[in-house]
Amino acid sequence: MRNLRLIINREYLARVKNKTFIVMTFLSPLIFVGMILLIAYLSMLNSTEQKIIGIYDESGMFATEFKDGEQVQYLDFSKKPLEKARQEVLDNEYYGLIHISDIEPGLGKPADIEFFGKDTPGFGTIENIEKTISDKLTREQLIAKGIDVSEIDKARADVNVQIQNFSGERSSKMSNYIKMFFGGAAGYLLMMFIIIYGNMVMRSVIEEKTNRIIEIIVSSVKPFQLLLGKILGTSLAGMTQFSVWVILGTVLLWGISSFLGIDPYAAQSPASAAIESAARPEINQLVIDILKLPYASLLVFFVIYFLGGYFLYSAIYAAIGAAVDSETDTQQFMFPIILPLILGIYVGFFSVVENPHGTVSTIFSIIPFTSPIVMLMRIPFGVPWWEITASIIVLIATNFGILWLSAKIYRVGILMYGKKPSYKELYKWLKY
Amino acid sequence: MENLLVAENIYKRFGNFTALNNVSINIPQESIFGLLGPNGAGKTTLLRIINQITMPDEGKVYLGGRPLHPDDIAHIGYLPEERGLYKSMKVGEQALYLARLKGLTRAEAKERLQFWFKRLEIEGWWDKKIQELSKGMAQKVQFVITVLHRPKLLIFDEPFSGFDPVNANLIKDEILQLKEEGATILFSTHRMESVEELCEYIALIHKSNKLLDGKVSDIKKAYKSNTFEVGLDAVDEPTLKRELEDRFQVGSANYKSIQNDLKLTIKLKDNESSNDLIQFLLTRARINHFVEVIPSVNDIFIKTVTQNA
Repeated sequence: MRNLRLIINREYLARVKNKTFIVMTFLSPLIFVGMILLIAYLSMLNSTEQKIIGIYDESGMFATEFKDGEQVQYLDFSKKPLEKARQEVLDNEYYGLIHISDIEPGLGKPADIEFFGKDTPGFGTIENIEKTISDKLTREQLIAKGIDVSEIDKARADVNVQIQNFSGERSSKMSNYIKMFFGGAAGYLLMMFIIIYGNMVMRSVIEEKTNRIIEIIVSSVKPFQLLLGKILGTSLAGMTQFSVWVILGTVLLWGISSFLGIDPYAAQSPASAAIESAARPEINQLVIDILKLPYASLLVFFVIYFLGGYFLYSAIYAAIGAAVDSETDTQQFMFPIILPLILGIYVGFFSVVENPHGTVSTIFSIIPFTSPIVMLMRIPFGVPWWEITASIIVLIATNFGILWLSAKIYRVGILMYGKKPSYKELYKWLKY
Repeated sequence: MENLLVAENIYKRFGNFTALNNVSINIPQESIFGLLGPNGAGKTTLLRIINQITMPDEGKVYLGGRPLHPDDIAHIGYLPEERGLYKSMKVGEQALYLARLKGLTRAEAKERLQFWFKRLEIEGWWDKKIQELSKGMAQKVQFVITVLHRPKLLIFDEPFSGFDPVNANLIKDEILQLKEEGATILFSTHRMESVEELCEYIALIHKSNKLLDGKVSDIKKAYKSNTFEVGLDAVDEPTLKRELEDRFQVGSANYKSIQNDLKLTIKLKDNESSNDLIQFLLTRARINHFVEVIPSVNDIFIKTVTQNA
């Protein structure tokens, strides 16, 4: 036990003192926030740009229907000849010109509606033009049939389904997206953690082997102790990094929410939430939904599944590290490791999002090689306790099995030099 | 003398390959024991078994009369042939770590390390990283780590490889000093000069089998062939040579001397002694050089190995 502690201690310090580790730990959250701010800034830039679109309306019906907005301004060129209008739009470098021909009596609508532009216009622009014209035509035709349009407007009912679970907690469609986002982010982060830290374990095993310090160490401690100490020490480094990120993330979230002037606790009470939402409904609902996520359980299960998944994969990574002589030899073994992780992510993004509690999602959240990722993605949607328990038990049991197997390969591999490892060779080592 | 380490009928197989085939060795208390053998003979496997890094398939190892126990790690110091240190860790830091893995407390380890660093004149290295040191320098650190916990049994696998002559000598003296202080030393090497110089006992392993073991002097006695090397000054050398060849088995000899002698090796029959030869020579020539040919460990090594090839 004393030696295990010494090994854990050394492994932990070796990881944490690494310059790359320190830089990544403190820089990544900042890079992440920076990216979000950059994207937000760029899309803001995009939307402040105002487009000027010319209208040449021969029918005289539609020109007034186009209303100037924040992003678009319409100019009426209907009084000038078409050629002149086109020339003017071209000379002034306007965004484009809409040409609406006169109404065809038999058809009841303009024969031609054309858009001239330097570039292909955006989807939004075209959709807006079509909708404006079509709305106007519809109204005109209704009026022509003697129907009172104002009655229809009055009769129009807005529907908004309120989603609510059986314990009475409300959620919105938006909150489903947020759950998806957070679950997906957690699953993705977990995969990255497993790969990064599993690789760290592998590299550290290879380092000891190529440094030839391994034999000095195993003359003092059992190879299994070294393996276990290495995995545990590295996992502590992972937890350290994660904790730093959670703390930084919390601080940033607080910073943003107080910057927006929303008190996250006040948001919990419906009354104040209602008042706030009245003021700034969209952003507020978003922030409230984000704040209402089950952080505690998401955090706890992230830690549990990170440890479970990480132990599982790092034991395999360690066995591979022991089997090879250098990092370049590891390629052939990498694919089978990455495959289930990627499968987990795909199942998460396609199946869980579609149906969080469907058969596929449920099965993959029990299989230990994908369960950490898939279950984590499901958790924001609420998973029954027995399912979580089952998946954790299976994960732990598999961990013991894999650790036992990889310890056998590790024990032989660390003292084996110059042998090109193959799956057949590894199988033989299991029996030594 | 009582044996500190006894390995009895050790077998070790890796798949179809037999690394050790019924090998037994006895290492007497406070002796220097040389484990000899060509590359791939099974020396390192035997050392790993003694260090409990691998387990034998059959056979037992006793340390101080009791079967080997995991706690015995504290009584053994092992300097493997394949040795290294963490490249990016500071010398002092990793020496402390490795010493503590052997069961020393931090304070003990630090005190002894300071003693040894001073003794080997490497105090300035404490805060250096291994990657800044040369190979020989790193070997010194490894030597210190091996002996730091004052083990009863010290095992050195090719201890002098990588050292320059000055440092090799320094390490050799340290090993002898440790023996004086009561340690038993097991050497594994194929460098015969160092065996000749240091070892009292040897065992020769070849192709997984032990071919030979025992006290160096006994083995040499067993391998000497009653042969003498002589340097003679005679008036009529060809006649003398003919006379000798009629009476004995004569070969040519080559040794360094300042005289222009007739240099010969003369093998006697089993029932003859050196006196018979001297008597024969006395009246015929002046004897400038007369020495019994004692086989070197190197000769014995090569002879035994080629015989069994």
